[in-house]
Amino acid sequence: MSPALSRRKFLKTSGALIVSFSASSLLEPLAVAQGAFGTHMSHIDPGKLDSWLAVGADGMVTAYTGKCDFGQGIFTVQTQLVAEELRVALNRVRIIQCDTSVTPDEGTTSGSQSTPVNFNTSGLADAAATARNALLQMASRRLRVPLDQLTVADGVISAGTGKRVSYAELIGGKRFNLTLNSNTRRRPPREWTVLGKPVPSMDMPALAAGRFEFVHNIQVPGMLHGRVVRPPALGSSVINVDESSVRSLPGMVKVVVRKNFVGVVAEKQWQAEQAARQLKVNWSAPVNLPAQSTFYDYMRRQPSRDVLVVDSNDVEQKLASAATVLRATYLHPYQMHGSIGASCAVADVRGDKATLWSPTQSVYPTRSGVAALLGVPLDNVGVIFTRGSGCYGLNAADTVSYDAALLSHAVGRPVRVQLTRKDEMAWGENYGQPCVIEQRAALDAKGAIIAWDCESWAAAYGGRPGYDHPGNVITGLLVGFEPEAFVPGKSSQPTGELRNGHNLVPSYVAGCISGKCGGAGNVRSERVLAHTVKSPFFTGPLRSPLRLQNTFAHECFMDELAARAKADPVAFRLQHLSETRMIDVVKAAAQAAKWEPRPFPNSRSAAGVATGRGIACVAYEGDNGYVALIAEAEVDRSSGRIQVKRFFAAADCGPISNPAGLRNQLEGGALQGMSRALGEEVTWDERQITSTSWATYHSLPLGIAVPAIETVLINRTDGKAMGAGELSITVVAAAIGNAVFDATGARLREVPFTPARVKAALQANGAA
Amino acid sequence: MSAIALKVNGRTHTVDVDPATPLLYVLGDELQLRGPKFGCGLGQCGACTVLLNGRATRSCITPVSAVGKSEIVTLEGLGTPEKPHPLQQAFIDEQAAQCGFCLSGVMLTAKAFLDRNPQATTQDVEQALEHVLCRCFVHARMMRAIERYAQGRRA
Repeated sequence: MSPALSRRKFLKTSGALIVSFSASSLLEPLAVAQGAFGTHMSHIDPGKLDSWLAVGADGMVTAYTGKCDFGQGIFTVQTQLVAEELRVALNRVRIIQCDTSVTPDEGTTSGSQSTPVNFNTSGLADAAATARNALLQMASRRLRVPLDQLTVADGVISAGTGKRVSYAELIGGKRFNLTLNSNTRRRPPREWTVLGKPVPSMDMPALAAGRFEFVHNIQVPGMLHGRVVRPPALGSSVINVDESSVRSLPGMVKVVVRKNFVGVVAEKQWQAEQAARQLKVNWSAPVNLPAQSTFYDYMRRQPSRDVLVVDSNDVEQKLASAATVLRATYLHPYQMHGSIGASCAVADVRGDKATLWSPTQSVYPTRSGVAALLGVPLDNVGVIFTRGSGCYGLNAADTVSYDAALLSHAVGRPVRVQLTRKDEMAWGENYGQPCVIEQRAALDAKGAIIAWDCESWAAAYGGRPGYDHPGNVITGLLVGFEPEAFVPGKSSQPTGELRNGHNLVPSYVAGCISGKCGGAGNVRSERVLAHTVKSPFFTGPLRSPLRLQNTFAHECFMDELAARAKADPVAFRLQHLSETRMIDVVKAAAQAAKWEPRPFPNSRSAAGVATGRGIACVAYEGDNGYVALIAEAEVDRSSGRIQVKRFFAAADCGPISNPAGLRNQLEGGALQGMSRALGEEVTWDERQITSTSWATYHSLPLGIAVPAIETVLINRTDGKAMGAGELSITVVAAAIGNAVFDATGARLREVPFTPARVKAALQANGAA
Repeated sequence: MSAIALKVNGRTHTVDVDPATPLLYVLGDELQLRGPKFGCGLGQCGACTVLLNGRATRSCITPVSAVGKSEIVTLEGLGTPEKPHPLQQAFIDEQAAQCGFCLSGVMLTAKAFLDRNPQATTQDVEQALEHVLCRCFVHARMMRAIERYAQGRRA
């Protein structure tokens, strides 16, 4: 395997299932943000059909998947997939998701990879198609009718002659004993009757009626309750723990200390909470944190690990001789997943056997982590995914699973651990990465971009634990596992294919490496250099990891270039794009918004409230979905407040599996992106994180006047299935920033766009 | 510990707990109710909301001893998956959830407000929900679902 193999190519060729090493080694250091996709730890052979699918004697189809639902809708759409391929009714399909005792190892449910992996020519789709094919062949033999004369309806195979046989009669209760065949014909989208339809979420009735079982609701006989006691900051270690401070509390079971991990176990939840509050722990003083006010400069001064993503070796020369050169620096803060529910898990560890009910995105990697933490054989650990609140990436789900395992191990009884809001927000979760992104570009005399240079710094520490690094999240670190080592180092000249998995490369460059051009645009003089530096806080993938930050910088800068060229921002984008699917989403969004071509800025008023529109677009991960979004926003010049009035989003993610679910994702992504763009920022002082609750970490509440969101879906029935959950969120900040420029002429280059920053930008613009 | 009688979703239960225990823990741990959820434990997000005599109340910061004879209604108390309450039906019709963890806050806050203010405008409802969070940001659909329910009530 070539070390330059892209993640997607890697998944395509391996089916993401049968590799014997971690994919992250191929992709270092870029893999830090997303984590490993290698999947190799299961006793369940993913090459065998019976690992994925079974037909019961009653004709019910049970399918096993390693891609689980956190609210993004993959449960319903996987049910549709199996029903479609097997040609049975939806209510004949039962999906079992992410349980290490029965589901194949599909690594982590993340990175907009569930659809690519399970809906193309691997994974669940492959299994269902192989099963249908096998059943047809069995029927052909049984009925003595050629294959091409058989039809299937709701699990019954019929010949024109009136002969018929059901799936249950053919295989019910028995094993297929077949290997998956990735050449099996999938049902083409134009023939779909179940996939591609707006099937409502199957979870919805139970959710609305308060009956849905979340991991928070799991109760195991004999279960105790645990709470953790975290250090005041990373780097503090336990000097001593005064167990007598809680010994007399009612219901107290045990104080658990293992190196710097401290927790309490009690009979009832309220008792555990009291004990955690009252337990006296002497911690060593934490180290001083770098000042937040100068943190972006601090990042630039740190030793870095560098990746030269693309370099045409002529950028400096073009910049030196160009008619116009533009430069700008964009800043993006640490942000949180900020799940609505503080994370929770239940563990039942007896002797050297462990069962976990966990909201993790990664049941198999979590199994490995728990086995390492407890020092028990891998095969003795079972992890059952049970939904937590929406996670959007690496929230504290993995770390709370470790917490529960450690506490249950210590008391030999099942323990439910509920983190507090502060446990989750202060050090519990792995924040989305902060970025400094410097852009330079040259325009020729006609206003076309002739060179683009992008140099960025992102801070990283820890990340997804994967199979081998429990120290990548706080609990693992506290018990003594080291996070993945950070090794500074210089990059060599890029070779192989363009790797744009983090959207480090703007969509408008050609992306030419070794004579092959994998970019979505036509600017051929290009250089993209990315530095990763060590973060003082744990970081990890947060919905659209690095893609959102880089796209903010690229798409705002593209707007600045358009304005300098006195060009309409939509036309200017189209002029520099070569990928037709990008061109199509830009045109579709513009059409939906009835975009009026305008040279920027298009200020509507000099005082009071100004209205503007901005566009942004992205080829997500280079080729895993395409989106363009137009924001219409009002800016109150006196208060600096931005009010988004409307969004228009156009998306292309290949053949659409469920348009209703897709719209829900696009809408939620747009509003989550708006919250992140307008208000969300992790804050700290010299010693500690200070954004530790919803009073200090600002999430847009429900009561705001919600912008209208219009979505345009481009259905490519002839293409590959792509991810969709991270499309709209990636482009929101740039679209809003560009709308503010359209309204006022002021540029916003630092997220979040707080009223104070907006006012400062307005003032700077007025003074210029 | 003391024995405390609670009237929940029309039935009376007696629990033996520390009177200072947050109502949320009693509903979840002792009565196995799944509607109210632990979100923040600080009364900031709304995920733990129940109705106390018809008023939206954050059960994570309400000691069980403070409930007295008040009638408690959780999301389960409105309807069932098979026979949903009109507000629940409106959320199903609008597909107004992703993870669904916040729904007690969204739905019960809206219900309590509309029960008291049946003629409320959209702006009034927005104001009533301005301390409720949904981190999947299903805001647009949720507001549509509430509007649909409000219209149905008026009709």
